[in-house]
Amino acid sequence: MDFLVFQYPMITVQACLDGILLGVLFALIAYGMALQWGVMNIINIAQGDLVILGGYIAYFMYLYGIHPAWGVIVAPVIMYFVGIAIYKLVINKVVDRDLFISILATFGISILFMQLMNFAFGADVVLANSGYGTTMLFDNNVVLPNSKIFSAFISILFAVCLVIYMKRSKLGRAIRATAQNARAAKILGVDTEKVYAATFGINAALCGVAGALISITFTIHPYMGLPYTIRSFMIVIVAGLGNLPGVAMSGMGLGVFEEFADYILGTEFRIGSVFLLLVLILVYRRFKLSRKREYLK
Amino acid sequence: MNKNNLILYIGIIIFGLAAPFVFPAFKVQLSILCILIVLAITWNIQGGEMGYNTFGNILFYGLGMYLCASVQVGMFFPLAEWTESGGEKTFVHTPAQFFQGMAMGLVVAAVVPTIVAGLIGYAILGLRGHYFAICTLGLGVAAGEISGGIEIIGAGQGFTTPPFPNVGSLEARGEFFYFLSFLVLILTFLAVKAIYSTRFKLILNAIRDNEDKAEAMGIETMKYKIIGWMISAFFCGLAGGIMGGLVGYIDSTDVAFDGREMGVFMVLMAILGGKGTLWGPVIGATVFHIFKEGFWTFFLGWQYVALGVLIVVIVIYFPEGIMGWLREKYPERFGEVVDEADRKAQVEIK
Repeated sequence: MDFLVFQYPMITVQACLDGILLGVLFALIAYGMALQWGVMNIINIAQGDLVILGGYIAYFMYLYGIHPAWGVIVAPVIMYFVGIAIYKLVINKVVDRDLFISILATFGISILFMQLMNFAFGADVVLANSGYGTTMLFDNNVVLPNSKIFSAFISILFAVCLVIYMKRSKLGRAIRATAQNARAAKILGVDTEKVYAATFGINAALCGVAGALISITFTIHPYMGLPYTIRSFMIVIVAGLGNLPGVAMSGMGLGVFEEFADYILGTEFRIGSVFLLLVLILVYRRFKLSRKREYLK
Repeated sequence: MNKNNLILYIGIIIFGLAAPFVFPAFKVQLSILCILIVLAITWNIQGGEMGYNTFGNILFYGLGMYLCASVQVGMFFPLAEWTESGGEKTFVHTPAQFFQGMAMGLVVAAVVPTIVAGLIGYAILGLRGHYFAICTLGLGVAAGEISGGIEIIGAGQGFTTPPFPNVGSLEARGEFFYFLSFLVLILTFLAVKAIYSTRFKLILNAIRDNEDKAEAMGIETMKYKIIGWMISAFFCGLAGGIMGGLVGYIDSTDVAFDGREMGVFMVLMAILGGKGTLWGPVIGATVFHIFKEGFWTFFLGWQYVALGVLIVVIVIYFPEGIMGWLREKYPERFGEVVDEADRKAQVEIK
């Protein structure tokens, strides 16, 4: 085995740290997915495209001379309304229908968004330069861009704020009640329609934050959405709905896995390995459950 | 009824045989239509009859495409050099070599995906509902990404399939591929029609309606699910092999494992026509293809936007499809016994 990873232990450290910082971002997106999945029973294939759209908002602020880090504030506000609009136009018609209908409908939205972004912003790979510099660790052997540390920090901040909000606020209580039993919540006077809209909006806002951070730390491209959807889906099924520490842990695990796949297999197989991992995880769970004569439902 | 059917089939076959000479300009479009119908029919075996909404049949289609072209080249020339040189410039197939390679390639393109479906079927078909849908979506994209990294089949730059040999007539290429795809279409239709008249279809429907109950009745559901998927894979592979030759160029994510186009088209066509019917996918694919080719030019550059809107509209407002709509309107024609008294009674209850 002449892989670089095994010859130079510092690369392992580098990959782990990169992966963890990346994984925090994935966990933030996955948190949004878990929220809407739990509350509305919808799997949103357009999740990744919402992320990319948020990224473009930050990128445009950068183009117009505003520091892209402010995108972390602006993107979620805009994306919240985008989310509400998508909900009003499409999602509210598929909420109580078959899950496949929602998958296909959001797949359509995903294609639509991809192409609209391609028209609006061009097909180039872009990134918003934050100018944060880098941090050197371990005798300059490990290089960490400060933007990655910044993005991980902001993600954690947003996640913590949201958890507190869900616990304390009236809307948060209503959302949790709807997730537990939509009918009972309706009887007790919760306007579930509004709750659904707010949930989808919050999910889109989270995607906006994550997208703004991704545009600072990595690159964005109109067609890069689907991998983010798949990653968040994977994180949610590994962690289970409503298990926040699990989401954080599996997000970081996925980040580390990706970095190692990148080093060992090569960058061209990076996305492929993510999708393959999804298949393997699902198949593994299927065999594990079938021993108890159960199945993934 | 039976006589009418016979007339219909004969009419379709005559139309199919005459079409390339009546509409010589549309030969390629007609061939693509045949391929699309094949894909829609095979998707319907899973999505319509069995209730397993797959995005993964594109895997077999792309596999067939790559295999057919690789065999066609690899039988006579070194594959690695072919892809490196960009294909046609260095090596030239004689007509005999081309047709031998094509025949052999199509056999491989049909058989290998069938085996693959059988191998992965046990693992994948144990998933249900949306887990199955997402898993197969992942499978298709993973296949595209991975094949895009393999050097011998052209990696990122794509793979040029052998050009059609010079056999005299200029029209020969279009006619050859048209009749090939039409033949595959007829084979697929007859095979599926034959299958649907047996107990096998009833078992698939039982799986769709309630899999646990079907299992409790003593049906080995897994066996039938895998067989169903293998049948789909067989015809998807064939369709892919022909499509590769027709397009003349294979790219991993844009032509072969094109989940964004072909992978969604087959789902959409089957839903548009009506899931779970024999004729639904055929009608759906025809309507879709005519719409696509007729109106795509108006949306030049905006096709995908139109496609996204179309998906959302069809899925939300038209989930039963054309056949479902017809069935609601003329239930007698579908062999449903309509009791007038019963119907009136239902109206009264409302």
